[in-house]
This record gives sequence, C-alpha cells and structure tokens, in this order.
Amino acid sequence: MPEFPRDSVGLVTPETAHFDDPLALACGRTLPAYDLVYETYGTLNAEGSNAILICHALSGHHHAAGYHATDERKPGWWDAHIGPGKSIDTERFFVVSLNNLGGCHGSTGPTSQNPTTGHQWGPDFPLMTVEDWVHSQARLADRLGIARFAAVIGGSLGGMQVLQWTLAYPERIANAVVIAATPKLSAQNIAFNEVARQAIRSDRDFFEGWYANHDTAPRRGLKLARMVGHITYLSEDAMGSKFGRDLRSNDLNFGYDVEFQVESYLRYQGDTFSTSFDANTYLLMTKALDYFDPAAAHHGDLARALASAACPFLVVSFTTDWRFPPPRSKELVNALIRANKAVSYANIDSPHGHDAFLMPEPRYQAVFAAFMNRVARDQGLEDRP
Amino acid sequence: MMRADLKLIHDWVPQGARVLDLGCGEGTLLAALARDKQVTGFGLEIDPDGITACLAKGVNVIEQNLDEGLANFEDDACDLVVMTQALQALRRPDLMLDEMLRVAGECIITFPNFAYWRHRAYLGFKGYMPVSRSLPHAWYDTPNIHLSTFNDFERLCRDKGLSIVDRAVGIGDHEGHWTSRWWPNLFGEIAIFRVARRRA
Repeated sequence: MPEFPRDSVGLVTPETAHFDDPLALACGRTLPAYDLVYETYGTLNAEGSNAILICHALSGHHHAAGYHATDERKPGWWDAHIGPGKSIDTERFFVVSLNNLGGCHGSTGPTSQNPTTGHQWGPDFPLMTVEDWVHSQARLADRLGIARFAAVIGGSLGGMQVLQWTLAYPERIANAVVIAATPKLSAQNIAFNEVARQAIRSDRDFFEGWYANHDTAPRRGLKLARMVGHITYLSEDAMGSKFGRDLRSNDLNFGYDVEFQVESYLRYQGDTFSTSFDANTYLLMTKALDYFDPAAAHHGDLARALASAACPFLVVSFTTDWRFPPPRSKELVNALIRANKAVSYANIDSPHGHDAFLMPEPRYQAVFAAFMNRVARDQGLEDRP
Repeated sequence: MMRADLKLIHDWVPQGARVLDLGCGEGTLLAALARDKQVTGFGLEIDPDGITACLAKGVNVIEQNLDEGLANFEDDACDLVVMTQALQALRRPDLMLDEMLRVAGECIITFPNFAYWRHRAYLGFKGYMPVSRSLPHAWYDTPNIHLSTFNDFERLCRDKGLSIVDRAVGIGDHEGHWTSRWWPNLFGEIAIFRVARRRA
C-alpha cells in the first residue's frame, strides 16, 4: 500500500463526463458537445445532501486534492483544505472538483478537437464566461445525481463562480463560500490582465492563436504573462521576506543574467507554467475574469443583482491581498447586507497576499472549519467525533 | 449561562425583530434570540475567536471595527441595535449613538457605571483608578477610554433629545438584581438603557 499523509484523500483518478446536449453560451455561440473532466472525494450519501462543489481559479483544474500517482511530488492544489478532518471534511462531504470549459487539463477547450472541422479549436474556441461555466457545472451536477449542493466553494475566480451559482441556481445551493474574490474586476485588475494578454499575443510564435498548426507555442509570452500575474498573487512583504535583495552569487555581475533571487524565482515560475499551460486557455480565462460583473445588468446596483440569492454566505478576504483586496470582499458583503441576505465575513491576517487562499493558516482554517461544521449540522450530517 | 445583562436584553427584544449586535462577542445573545424569538440580523465583531464562535453557532457575523462606523447599514435597516459593554471602548460614543439610532429606531446599550459605589470608594479612599469585576484593567492598558456614569448617559440622551424607553442597573452577574429604583447611579454596577429616537 502506498503511504499518503493520514489527512489526505490519497490516490484519486479523474473521470470524464461527456455531454451531447448543446450548451448555449453568453457570447451567442453554442458548444455542440463537450467533455468535463472531474474528480470526486468522499461518498455521496443516500439523500444526496452532502455534496460540495469546488470551483477553480485562473490556472486551476480538477485536481484539487490527493495524488494521481504514488510518486506524485505535490498533492492537488487545495489539498490544504480538502481531506479527512480538514475544513472540507471528506469523511462527511462528497466533494466534486472539475476543470472548467476552455481549460487545458482535460475538459473541452482550445486544445480539443472541434467536431465541425476535425481540427483543434485553437483560438476559434468560444470565449467563456462565469455564467457559462456555472451552467455547465449544473449539468455535471445533474449527471452525478446532485439536486442541491450543501455548499459551493471557490477562491479568486472560483469565488466569482460561487457568486454566480447563488444568482443562477438559488434553489440548488445551500451555502456559498466566496474566498479572496471580488464582485467585479477593477480597472487595475483588467490592466494587469491586458498586459498578460499582450505578452502572449505579441509573441512571434503566437500565430494569431494557431500556434499548434506550426508545431510551436508562445512560451515566451506565456512566461511573461505568468511572471506578471505571479507578482500580483504575492504581497510585497511576502516577496520581501522570501527573497529580499538576495543575490544568487556573492557579487553583482553587471549584466542581464539572473542576479537577484527574485528574478530566478519568477523566471522559474514562468518557465514551468509556459510548458504546462495552454496560451489560448490563459487568454480565455483572463477574459472571463474581466467580463464578470453581475451588477452590470442592474445599473451597477450589486444589492439588486443579489436579490435572487437565497443561501447563507461566508466571505473571506486576506489582509495583504492586493489583487482582490479586502475592500472588494466588503463591497460584496455590504451589498449582501443591503439585500437582506445572511452573510458572515472574516478578514484573515496573512502575509501571503492573494495566494493566501491556497494555503493553510490557523485562523483561516478555524473560520473555514467552523462554517463548514455548521453546514454539515444544517444538512443533518453527523458531527465528527 | 447567559450574562445577566444579556438575559435582560433577551427579555426586552420583540419577537421576530431584525437585530444588529455591535461587538457581539461569541454570538451568545443573537444565537439565543434566533432560537427563542426567531430574531434575524447580524453581529459585528473584531475578535478572531469571537468570530469563529459565531460561525460555529450559525450567527451571521461581520468582521468590522465599530470605530469605523455603520455606514454599510442603511437607515432603518434594523428594528433594534444592541451594544453591550462596548460603548466605553469607542473613540466617539456620542457619534455611535447617533449611528445606532439612524440604523434602527431603538437601541439597547449597556456599560459599566463608573459612579458605582465601589468605584467611588476605590478612587476616594485608595486614590487609584478603580479596578473591579466590571473594570478589570489597569489605567494604562484599558480598552475603556470613555468611562461614564449612569447619570452621564442620561444627560447625553437628554441633550440629544432622545427618549429613554427603559433603564435599569445590575450588580455583577447575578440575576434578579436589576432595578431602576434605589439610587441607580450609586448602586448600579452595570447600566442598561433602552433608547429611542424622539417621537416627532
């Protein structure tokens, strides 16, 4: 038997659900057929009352917890919070985590084959919105026999999907957990996304998105995009304490090779990402972020946009997050208060910036676990001994 | 066991009211009111352990510093605003009183009465700032930066033209020691006021 940590869900295997019923998209186009790749942890109870949906962020995917192989170096991206005895306790909950449409980890996206042409979708893949994702997630829930989620949970772009769930399917979500998110991107957020997009699109290997036809990929552009993005995920303090002005060697070398540790780190992050992620997917995900604004249809009045929401919310922000800083979460909280909804809010003191939502931090875990215990109790699930 | 001032407030709150509890601590009052009187509403708190305890109880709690005001609550958003043992720790208690009565037509406030005879005796005979059950801190590290008396608060309400619906004082945590007679300013350790906007 392979040895995994005791609080790990252990070895997990992704599954694929194929859908033949066309999905009408916000952009006006229709996805004729599609696959959603997903993982599940825990067991769905007979009443179907213990299901949790995890929504992923910009570069996330379905592999949220556990290991794909005994020699996998790192567990899923949210393993800190999903597992036996963790905040999202797999001994009580049945957890569903999927890769969103447009992704590059198995669900239908730009790297999939376009059934009408027989070739890769590439840049022809329709731009997706948070609304489209939530629609497809609801279909996956239907397939899995889940009428109503005990909670839908997500951080960052994942949190926006949670918010959309409360608006689109209020009868199918019992609790909403929105972490390090925002009800809409700021001009600065969109600006950073545009820099990332321009980095990719101006790469000479981009070929207007048809790089696969040229057996290449815009890796330099994707690397730059990731480097810029990564800076916004960390706080100034976190970068300072991790790297300071440390040099890789003892002396300055008066050249443009890597000198400072922070340069080395960013280049490494960018390089790794650029060989494992699809550029068209990255472009599409940043657009989905930019477009999300549920208040827009209500003359900018978020409280009115939230009128259809019916479930209790937990909203969590992190003090040093400057990508989606605490005031963005408070904007959502205050709109929920105005709309007369049940909401709780915690602003967690963490040095880790936006990335804090991925990490274990004692107060974050305490807040998360307390809320999830209450979710379990309300659903009539046994309290853990 | 509920603190004696909370017990009294519990009795005063009408069935089904929408309540905002400022400095709600572990959510004891709101949880009891939700259970016994179908009260809904929010608690505001900044203490991390208090917030976690509220979440565990299913009390809606917002992490919010009272000194930053209640601007995120609309006029008449609630039926009642409650603030127990927090008034004396605020930067501007008078402005908070205005805010509370903007958000709701009525509020309930409790605070330690500095004119309690034990406090007077402590200061009068020993010559030191009183340290007691209800005022447990030393002068230099106390969060209680605006101590006042039963009479002081009554005067503030009068100056603001507010109507005092009810008032009482209590001694310690003992139930049944609540009274509004017999020299409340002298014999009351904890003051409790139920205040409303002046009727037009």
